[in-house]
Amino acid sequence: MDAIILQILNGLDKGSAYALIALGLTLIFGTLGVVNFAHGALFMIGAFCAVTLSRLLSLSHEVAVEGEVDFLGNPMMKDVPYIYDIFGEATGAAIIDWSVPLSILFAIPVMVAIGFIMERGLIQHFYKRPHADQILVTFGLAIVLQEIIKYFYGANPIPTPAPAAFTGSFDFGAVLGFDPNTIIYPYWRLVYFAFAAIIIGAVFAFLQFTTFGMVVRAGMADRETVGLLGINIDKRFTIMFGIAAAVAGLAGVMYTPINSPNYHMGMDFLVLSFVVVVVGGMGSLPGAVLAGFLLGVLESFASMGAVLEVLPGINQIIIYLVAIVILLTRPRGLMGRKGVMEE
Amino acid sequence: MFGLNSKDTKLLLVVIALTMLAPFILNPFPEGSAMAQFNGGYPDLMQRLVIFGIFAIGFNILFGLTGYLSFGHAAFLGVGSYAAIWMMKLLTMNVIPAIMISVLVAGLFSLLVGWISLRRSGIYFSILTLAFAQMSYSLAYSVLTPITGGETGLQPKINDPRILDGALAAGETPRANLFGLEMGSSYEMTFGNWVFTFNAGYYIAAVVMILAFYLSIRIFRSPFGMMLRAVKSNQQRLNYTGLNAKPYTLAAFVISGMYAGLAGGLLVAMDTQVGAERMFWTASGEVVLMTILGGAGTLIGPVLGAGFIKYMENIVSKINKTVLEQWFAFMPDGIEDFIITIVYPFVGKGWHLTLGLLFMLVVIFLPGGLVQGGQKVFGLFRRKKASDEKTDGKTTPAE
Repeated sequence: MDAIILQILNGLDKGSAYALIALGLTLIFGTLGVVNFAHGALFMIGAFCAVTLSRLLSLSHEVAVEGEVDFLGNPMMKDVPYIYDIFGEATGAAIIDWSVPLSILFAIPVMVAIGFIMERGLIQHFYKRPHADQILVTFGLAIVLQEIIKYFYGANPIPTPAPAAFTGSFDFGAVLGFDPNTIIYPYWRLVYFAFAAIIIGAVFAFLQFTTFGMVVRAGMADRETVGLLGINIDKRFTIMFGIAAAVAGLAGVMYTPINSPNYHMGMDFLVLSFVVVVVGGMGSLPGAVLAGFLLGVLESFASMGAVLEVLPGINQIIIYLVAIVILLTRPRGLMGRKGVMEE
Repeated sequence: MFGLNSKDTKLLLVVIALTMLAPFILNPFPEGSAMAQFNGGYPDLMQRLVIFGIFAIGFNILFGLTGYLSFGHAAFLGVGSYAAIWMMKLLTMNVIPAIMISVLVAGLFSLLVGWISLRRSGIYFSILTLAFAQMSYSLAYSVLTPITGGETGLQPKINDPRILDGALAAGETPRANLFGLEMGSSYEMTFGNWVFTFNAGYYIAAVVMILAFYLSIRIFRSPFGMMLRAVKSNQQRLNYTGLNAKPYTLAAFVISGMYAGLAGGLLVAMDTQVGAERMFWTASGEVVLMTILGGAGTLIGPVLGAGFIKYMENIVSKINKTVLEQWFAFMPDGIEDFIITIVYPFVGKGWHLTLGLLFMLVVIFLPGGLVQGGQKVFGLFRRKKASDEKTDGKTTPAE
């Protein structure tokens, strides 16, 4: 029992990342009808927003330490971040420590701007082109974005730690009445899951309870009619693209402490996220979220020792296997709508 | 000739001439000159040019004719490679059985994958093929390690059985050969400052490519090819006429899978080692790039695309900062530094950036690829000529 709970928990953080990326993907697909292969790159850029901010915050200058000399007899120099000069040492250190959560504020405008530029500059010219062309041009864009990041940040993963308050782990075993130390779960992953839940809830609430969201949903159902009613649906869809980009970016920002960001992390997630979208049903938002968590949890169950003994290697392929079975038995995915991509 | 009309015969002859004279064409600059690094006439690169040409020709039969975009073709290349290397390890280092088995195994594997994937179309088909390819890749890396060698991959070892081959002399390593003619052996011709390399492996691969190209022309011009085009233009209408498109698309899928297997087998024949990374989905993406860049649905396009990408990959990756400094040395210092700073991210390790940009530009402005670009330029000249004639006042009345 405790092993099962542990695997569910383990699946949740990866599932959260899948769900967030897949949510953005299917949002773009549902509104604009574009298959965006560059969505993984947006996730990666989000992660590098966190890296950039933490580097910016730790920019420092040298200050002589009074009363001390190094072995050559010169005054001892010490690096002092500029932020210490502004906020004082204690606050400055706290800000640097909390750079990852702070990056959320930094990443939102950056990601929305990137989303706008992408949609207006490139993707709007592809609405009328075949899906193959959309896939190919966004695939090219993903390569370009990835290589730009690689040029500026290098090819190695860059460790970006979580705030000190969230290091360490939470002992679920003790809370739930099992033996202590059987179910140990890092705090940051709990934070990630909660964060993902909030973002997903916010996106759904935005679509469900605001006038703007209502118009967008109407546009998803029948773009032409909404346009005929005198509503500038293109503008709203552009904004939705920005939001989808921001969701992917935030997923990336918060993922940095779990997995050190590198330039190809977007591609690694993209392929799986596409599978998630297809399993959930192209164009269905709840389907994407459901499938994201489901596949995340399934993947972590498949990596259990007991399962691997029976079916070696199953953890590597379980997601693809599920996707194949689902596509063959339920072509529209778990919650797919009728008439989406069925030409 | 060979059942081709005159236009196709001309095309085939051009391809034959290009491949046979490649050691000259790719080595236009004398040895030791500043431009020598643009020479592509070394065996390794030439072999890759034609082998990936075969891969792209095969991919084009599926994508160019039926419009089904497969993102998993690298899996067939990989499976073919593994089959070939096992043939070399167990039976003989002769390349013929290795290549035959690679085509056969890749064909069977593509039959399985195609049979399942072709139940869906559009993006779902792409995702299914991608899923299969990624599965093969993951399995090759993990569970199937006894067969695939996992991360280390496979190479022929001294103590492999090789039933048909005689025992090796002491200190000899097993080398891929064709009835004793080693793939790596080459003849160098020196002509003034020029050095041209004629490599046995290259010519074998080139002959195979010409055969593959000929076959693809025949497929394009056959009733079967016409049927595949009908699938692309409107599958629904085809169904309404009472035809089942599935056998045709499946046949196209298997044929292109066999082409991929052939390419995989040849890769092993030229360089006797296999790693799972050649099944990774970026490798599948690469063949899509080649086909699109050259021009999907055209005969010569994929060959041009494959050649262009592989040549650029090898040449552009070799340019480093020192080379750039040599090139722009004639400029004033400030401008030189400025230009080098701008160009540097695109060359050397930044080759993928150039590739990505090139790819985007082609998809945006030239959906028909290089072939369409060539036709546009050609058309421009032709129109000019036509208008020249008009000014002469000798136009014949259009009756």
